[in-house]
Amino acid sequence: MTMKALFCATALAAVLAAPALAADLTVGFSQIGSESGWRAAETSVTKIEAEKRGIDLKIADAQQKQENQLKAVRSFIAQGVDAIFIAPVVATGWDNVLEEAKDAEIPVILLDRTIDTADDSLYLTAVTSDTVHEGRVAGEWLAKTVGDKDCSIVELQGTVGSSPAINRKKGFDEAIASHANLKIIRTQTGDFTRTKGKEVMESFIKAENGGKNICALYAHNDDMAVGAIQAIKEAGLKPGTDILVVSIDAVPDIFKAIADGEANATVELTPNMAGPAFDALIAFRDAGTKPPKWIQTESKLYTAADDPAGEYEARKNLGY
Amino acid sequence: MSRRHLPVAVTTAVFLAGFLFCSLQFENFASTRVVMNLLTDNAFLGILAVGMTFVIISGGIDLSVGSVIGFTTIFLALAIGSWGMPPLIAFVLVLAICAAFGATMGALIHHLEMPPFIVTLAGMFLARGAAFLMSTESIPIDAELYSQIASFSVRLPGGGRLRIIAMIMLATFLVGGLLLHFTRFGTNVYALGGSRSATTLMGVRTGPTTIAVYMLSSLLAGLSGIVFSFYTGAGYSLAAVGVELDTIAAVVIGGTLLTGGAGTIFGTFVGLLIMGLIQTYITFDGTLSSWWAKIATGMLLFAFIAFQQMMSGLSGRLPGRLVARTPK
Repeated sequence: MTMKALFCATALAAVLAAPALAADLTVGFSQIGSESGWRAAETSVTKIEAEKRGIDLKIADAQQKQENQLKAVRSFIAQGVDAIFIAPVVATGWDNVLEEAKDAEIPVILLDRTIDTADDSLYLTAVTSDTVHEGRVAGEWLAKTVGDKDCSIVELQGTVGSSPAINRKKGFDEAIASHANLKIIRTQTGDFTRTKGKEVMESFIKAENGGKNICALYAHNDDMAVGAIQAIKEAGLKPGTDILVVSIDAVPDIFKAIADGEANATVELTPNMAGPAFDALIAFRDAGTKPPKWIQTESKLYTAADDPAGEYEARKNLGY
Repeated sequence: MSRRHLPVAVTTAVFLAGFLFCSLQFENFASTRVVMNLLTDNAFLGILAVGMTFVIISGGIDLSVGSVIGFTTIFLALAIGSWGMPPLIAFVLVLAICAAFGATMGALIHHLEMPPFIVTLAGMFLARGAAFLMSTESIPIDAELYSQIASFSVRLPGGGRLRIIAMIMLATFLVGGLLLHFTRFGTNVYALGGSRSATTLMGVRTGPTTIAVYMLSSLLAGLSGIVFSFYTGAGYSLAAVGVELDTIAAVVIGGTLLTGGAGTIFGTFVGLLIMGLIQTYITFDGTLSSWWAKIATGMLLFAFIAFQQMMSGLSGRLPGRLVARTPK
């Protein structure tokens, strides 16, 4: 009898608790806009992740303007949502509106970028990628793949002065520093674009004996790598074989190139910032667990061994 | 009700109906929070709209206002942050620069008889360019006094906050209304928009009025820039890009004739609230693309212009018309 009662109670508790975990959660998401394919993918992945957990997601696209983001956040507060996610367009100017959120006891989670503030109690946590680590993963892969052989590397940098360009260079340099056989012989900016990546690679190939001196290419993003692959092919060389290609971002097109053997590896900048954020939020709400101030997303390495064709199929409809 | 007040009455009715509709659809909508947010979030736009109402009633247009905001915010950030200027002195200085800028545009428009569209378009590029020359980055402003002013607010029951920037906007509307509707200057502005040559014949000196109108508009754009910097706590040369067009939309939805000669400050206020309401609705809904705000504003604008055209066509055929217009 007691066993039965206990069982009933447990079952009842389970039934009551399970949907209550997330189903009645409403989250407002202030997204920057849709300036890049990655950003669009982030929006679609956020929607998918919310749906998985039964969360009611409200998205406001700020069209690249901070004033729109501030308006959206204030509206979310007025609406009484349970949490607010912000992908901040600039780092400054958030204190006043975040104080209003704090007053209303609405937790705020930052996605993809952080903010400048003297009071870090204004947000619960920030979910971002470590761009230095991304460069390091790319460098380590190359060091492992090349082994003891001498290898002259050419590097396509991102937009001059942008933080991902600075950090991805730093991480890569750190990773190859301990390998005397790896050397960057040429480095130049390709502005994160396909066309510039191709142009600069053409000039690298010309300058380095028709490309015969080049053993590997490191591009700060996949788009530049895709452009460079075109340049390598036009020079009569085989990308992926004659010149190893490693880049960062993991956009669908690079998986196609990997599947075709024209690129070797990519490090993922995951568009799934919301998944970890939702998990942290649910844990905070249900168990009161305070997440760390910074949740680092995984920088996963993909090579030909990781089913690139399948990855391409999975990603091509995310909006990249 | 007089024919002159009909556009404002229609605008107000649209706003009230819209607010009622939203309140029925969403819980938490009819709250002090939403109302105060409407004021806070549209404060900088509202201040611009007051100046723009004067300009449009006078028969002109001012495309430079958004750029003046960008210039003002970046100027303040550098003056207060890098040059160590006390905030109050920086405010006075930047307002003086803006007023001089507007007066120059007004003088060019009057003396060289150039279309306001071209002169203020040049002003728009000039102000934005000057902002970029000073800095291309977003610079936070963190002086003690400055942050104190920026974060001042009065709490209302229900969680809403009347922020300092909303108070500045309401005060601007009040002063603007008095200036337009109860002073000699205001009468001259209406006369200028009605008919330039008739105004001259009536003995109104068009030059000083034109210059004063553009000076006022730029001065208010400067004030709006100060408010914008309170709003975002930073100076940024890309701040308020394209806002001049939102401002014109708010003024026209508020019942001001784009051809000049008719309009009210109160109408502009309601026009501003309608635009804010559309954005709030879209955020509350949470599934619509925010670009729908632009589409809705566009349709509303179109409807209002068509309505005005109909009204003035009607009044043209009737004796005793109150809206003075020149045949074009």
